[in-house]
Amino acid sequence: MKHMTRKATRHVNQNEGLIFEKSSAGKAAWKLPPLDVPEVDTAALLGASERKDLGNMPEVSEIEIIRHFTRLSTWNYAIDLGMYPLGSCTMKYNPRVNEAVARVEGIANGHPYQPEKISQGALHIIKTLSEQLIEITGMDAITLQPAAGAHGEMTGLLMVRAYHQSKGNARKKILIPDSAHGTNPATAAMVNYAVENLKSDSRGMVDIAALEAQMNEDVAALMLTNPNTLGVFEQDIHKIADILHAKGGLLYMDGANMNALVGKVRPGDFGVDVMHLNLHKTFSTPHGGGGPGSGPVAIKKALEPFLPTPVVTTKSDGTLGFDYNRPQSVGRVRAFYGNFGMFVRALAYIQANGPDGLRQTTEDAVLNANYIRKGLEGTYDLPYSTPTMHEVVFSDKVQLKKGVRTMDIAKRLIDYGFHPYTTAFPLIVPGALMIEPTESESKEEMDLFIEAMKSIAEEVEEDPQTVLDAPHSTRVSRLDETAAARKPVLRWKPAVLQPE
Amino acid sequence: MRYLPKSPADREGMLKTIGLRSVDELFSPIPAEYRLTRDLNIPRQMAESEIVDFFRQRSRENGDGYTSFLGAGAYFHYRPVIIDSLISRGEFLTAYTPYQAEISQGTLQSIFEFQTMICELTGMEVANASMYDGSTAAAEGVMMAVRLTGRRSVVVARSLHPEYREVLATYATHQGMPLSVAGFGDDGRVNLKELEKSITPETACVLVQSPNFFGTIEDLAAIAEIAHKHGAMLVVSIAEAVSLGIVEPPRDADVIAMEAQSFGVPLGFGGPYCGVIATREKYVRQMPGRLVGQTVDKQGKRGFVLTLATREQHIRREKATSNICTNQALVALMVNIFMTVYGKVGLKELAKQNLAKTAYAAGQFAKHGKVLFGGTPRFNEFVVQTTEDPYAINSRLLGHKMVGGLPLKKFYPELGNAALWCCTELTTRIAIDTAVGLVAESERSVRSSSTKEEVEEVAR
Repeated sequence: MKHMTRKATRHVNQNEGLIFEKSSAGKAAWKLPPLDVPEVDTAALLGASERKDLGNMPEVSEIEIIRHFTRLSTWNYAIDLGMYPLGSCTMKYNPRVNEAVARVEGIANGHPYQPEKISQGALHIIKTLSEQLIEITGMDAITLQPAAGAHGEMTGLLMVRAYHQSKGNARKKILIPDSAHGTNPATAAMVNYAVENLKSDSRGMVDIAALEAQMNEDVAALMLTNPNTLGVFEQDIHKIADILHAKGGLLYMDGANMNALVGKVRPGDFGVDVMHLNLHKTFSTPHGGGGPGSGPVAIKKALEPFLPTPVVTTKSDGTLGFDYNRPQSVGRVRAFYGNFGMFVRALAYIQANGPDGLRQTTEDAVLNANYIRKGLEGTYDLPYSTPTMHEVVFSDKVQLKKGVRTMDIAKRLIDYGFHPYTTAFPLIVPGALMIEPTESESKEEMDLFIEAMKSIAEEVEEDPQTVLDAPHSTRVSRLDETAAARKPVLRWKPAVLQPE
Repeated sequence: MRYLPKSPADREGMLKTIGLRSVDELFSPIPAEYRLTRDLNIPRQMAESEIVDFFRQRSRENGDGYTSFLGAGAYFHYRPVIIDSLISRGEFLTAYTPYQAEISQGTLQSIFEFQTMICELTGMEVANASMYDGSTAAAEGVMMAVRLTGRRSVVVARSLHPEYREVLATYATHQGMPLSVAGFGDDGRVNLKELEKSITPETACVLVQSPNFFGTIEDLAAIAEIAHKHGAMLVVSIAEAVSLGIVEPPRDADVIAMEAQSFGVPLGFGGPYCGVIATREKYVRQMPGRLVGQTVDKQGKRGFVLTLATREQHIRREKATSNICTNQALVALMVNIFMTVYGKVGLKELAKQNLAKTAYAAGQFAKHGKVLFGGTPRFNEFVVQTTEDPYAINSRLLGHKMVGGLPLKKFYPELGNAALWCCTELTTRIAIDTAVGLVAESERSVRSSSTKEEVEEVAR
């Protein structure tokens, strides 16, 4: 481990139990103002519905809560600490101005049902972001209602189904490449479409001959990620769209990898009919430990009648309002209007970038991935030599000879001060290392990453056990996931139940 | 561009290392005819100060400074300051799903505590790490019951949030899940006779909300008995989480689908919020969403991991319990901190204040208008029926920088001129008295006048 001190140094961090273990009766972190209306007799008001006891809810003071969560926070790795090259997740910098503007009073406290007359600010934000996302994607219309990427997929496929239904036949199946995210087939099932697997060719792209053979009038759509999960742009995208369109099918694009395209090419221009975006990936809204996301769905004109309700519209007096009267709509996919707070952040991101900034961002993201590819080629096996866009996928083929797998290398990377890449995905690459640096990494940070990866490869040759036992520097070592699943402990319980 | 950490020399050097002459070569895999040769048609780069100005302006156009009596699934409660202090820590804000447990123990332990507190509050045995919101959680809760019972049809209470019903209808349409609706009686609760009639041997579950959309607390014991007698499950939606401080949780439910926005999540014009599903241990393998479990590391030290992943889309693909992947972790952390701040005693006191304000407001309104469903226990919402159209009343209230109750005509035309009013601990007596005064004034003027013109005069 000759290089590791360049990126990270071990330091003491605090131990901390569960909050319940700090609780004792009489401590409090809250204070309510005096009641300015008469007290009520809860028993009289609620009768049998009155709750008497709140069980084991904690009782702690404010300083304990601050320390508790601050201590927990120091056990996390985060983008703010360094490179977080999770492939397919686009872990880019989350600008702080986005957080500041999302907390401006009228934006943070706007009620979804307040009259339109006093909602013009929020409606303006929704409309502006919608228009800009339409321009960025080259599509014709959009809904911001879906709460995450997978939710967007569902919304998109509902519109696909409604479109086909309006032509008299909803069709039976969705084609999904074997390199796709797991959400794609799971979504197709939720919308009651059968899933048919489509194999990739030797370049890691859609096998055109297979597509031609499998495409028929039963196919509602192809769900394609472009660039795909290998970070490869589907060069035959136009042919793919033509094959689908010739038989009346639609091209759905999973926009998870849109960070490779913004400002350089628009899906609407290369034949996509419906696509979702992930505001938490491409448009910098924070990942927050696993959400909130936001998954707008952009569509071509032919699908517009099927958008979820409501749709923001300009009224005759020039003000903005919601249009609920859309008889062909697929309905609602969520209460209210979606994750509005994420719209605010995404719009602030686009504003900070402008057209030149967005283009430069994309160029840097692709440049970074290619720089890493160049740096690690020869050290790690590159199963597909097709040009790389925003992410690069290696395999553990070389290291496997010493019994070391992608997950072991990932765990060892933690000791070098990095978050691991995505492991074992896409499924078409056995033992995949999927690396997406994003535009947010400097040359220095990536040099350290390349150095760390090379150092680990050397360790695999000289001392594989060190890699197999990694991580060595974390609070906890590898956790027993099998035991966790076999006998699930999903909540805390008091150690000893005292008899009453 | 200020977010990009590279100098032109860095870029040039990197290109050289890769062996390319220009950035354009990086994009050569994209067929030339599709490459964009112009700037995107969006405004130029803005300075941070300009961005802040833009959103401050939007804020001023967005109800800033108004006192509101709106609830209906989105509640204005006080948010302790430390929530934002803590969730703004980059280690929470800028981490992702805790796939790598060794460097995600902070997120994992906090979710484990969240799951525990949701169980304590709902009386259930297991809770997941969050869902998108209350509406989608209700739909997913119903789908869970469909998988568990092997039956397909669903009976939904008309007193469930109308937008939750719409979302369920969207989810159910293509899954062969016929929905039927059970109406409400004069007491503002599910009509039990109608409910029982709607249940068939094919009914997978009954979905009700309590406190329901009108703020009324349902007779859940009776509903559970009816559902269970026919082999159907009971799925209960809770949209106002603060009610759990003083209202007995639905212990007879099989699945609880919650919206936890009330626990420290800003109204934010409708999202992001925090859905949760809680259920019994025996049903856990049919639960959607992430779950955190306790385990040990190689040295036997306590630690936490994402668990039971074989239910999920990245393992099971089209056979998964749901397609959900990213959920609402950071919002769940807000909820977690809120629950920790108020805790065992504070939540009860908080709920009591909501109850007291609402009892006072409903009492005052009853002197001048008709408060519906009066004999039934309620939490912090109530329905006021007026002579005048509530839209007209509300436009007058707006002139006093007040937002009146939600007119119900769109959702419940059968209730006539009715509006749903909400009070929380933040509603002051002065605001209540002012609103009641304005409504009373309008009622008097409408009753004393028979011409429609005059009503509109006042409304303007």
